[in-house]
Amino acid sequence: MSRYLLNKFLFTVDRDPELVERYRSEPRELVAWWEAECANTVLNCHTGEASTWLRFDDVEREALATHDHVKLFELGAHPFLTLTLFIALFERDNTEPLEYQKSYGARLAHFSMPYPDIAT
Amino acid sequence: MASIVAVIASTHHPFYYRASTATGEDRPPFADEWTRKILAFRETLTRARPDVLVMVGSDHFHQLWLDNMPQFLVGKAPRYDANWYNEEREFGLPRMLLTGQEDLSAHILRAGLDAGFDLAFSNELRIDHSITCPIITLRPEADLPIVPIYTNIFAPPLPQPKRFVQLGQSIRDIVESWPSHLRVAVIGTGHLSLELGGPRQFGPHGPDPEFDQRAVEWIANGDLDECLREVTLDSLHSPGNATHGFMDFMLMMGVAGAGVKADYVDTLDLFHTMEAYFTWYPNGAPTA
Repeated sequence: MSRYLLNKFLFTVDRDPELVERYRSEPRELVAWWEAECANTVLNCHTGEASTWLRFDDVEREALATHDHVKLFELGAHPFLTLTLFIALFERDNTEPLEYQKSYGARLAHFSMPYPDIAT
Repeated sequence: MASIVAVIASTHHPFYYRASTATGEDRPPFADEWTRKILAFRETLTRARPDVLVMVGSDHFHQLWLDNMPQFLVGKAPRYDANWYNEEREFGLPRMLLTGQEDLSAHILRAGLDAGFDLAFSNELRIDHSITCPIITLRPEADLPIVPIYTNIFAPPLPQPKRFVQLGQSIRDIVESWPSHLRVAVIGTGHLSLELGGPRQFGPHGPDPEFDQRAVEWIANGDLDECLREVTLDSLHSPGNATHGFMDFMLMMGVAGAGVKADYVDTLDLFHTMEAYFTWYPNGAPTA
């Protein structure tokens, strides 16, 4: 299990407008591409000095590929990263202010304290 | 030596900019009251006539990342670009450019290291809404040089609450030992109870109004003893999963001094989180 890699996916996609759109429209393809091409990139280093060992497990990959923010919360992905990216993906479909943000919280209502650990 | 003419602690609400500038049907019903409170709060800084702003905040996974995460970081640069694409996207925040006060940055780094804080530094720092929100609320002209100080309230393992207080106490001493005639305001922003990305987010109030009430009393009274007794890294999970940002308020209580009551206190109960505004005048309230 790699909370770090989940977070790295959320972090790098969130900051790139093109990747945000690809993740909205073709999540499974984007996740596969990202794992193959970006997961091992050491940020701010050139590609010849990439890491060699980072990969998702099947549960993590499926959670990302299905936009399953509830599973990401359960896995301990950083809640701020998940929320920020998912607002970018889906707030545009709101029919009233904060509609997506409220439904996002409601889908997590079955979680009680303590929440899943987010330490990396 | 430099003088600290104001110590200010505040929440940083990224929705203020959009709410306060919205008009017509887009203007939320709470915008007028919020704007009135912010203008009154702004006056507490303006009256102190600062020359330099030390700005304490926390990067929200913008420039600082898990492959290289500092606990406390001081910016030392001649300029700071500010606000990020995802803050423009979600909050409508404008791009900004602030000037740095490098002499004070260097002084804080040297004296902080010598005082036992192993401070990280950055010579090229793009700052985010934890620092630009108080610029927008308190000094929208953005015309004063700054020293940004980032704390990690976001990516565990975090420093202990008492460490935030100690750093605040040291910042007070260090700024007051800066060989300069300039007037410095120390401004820091954090959170009261807050939930982000969890089941209690975006409710009609903050997730834990009872915590908020106690927290406001601790800050207003400078009650560091009680605050440090009650607040631990574990206890901060209960009021809301992003409540560790309260430790930046504790840092500012350290700057203001134990037992020192705030000269100005105001709050605003909003959806999602409570706003809170505090100002101390270490040398007495400025006269008009």
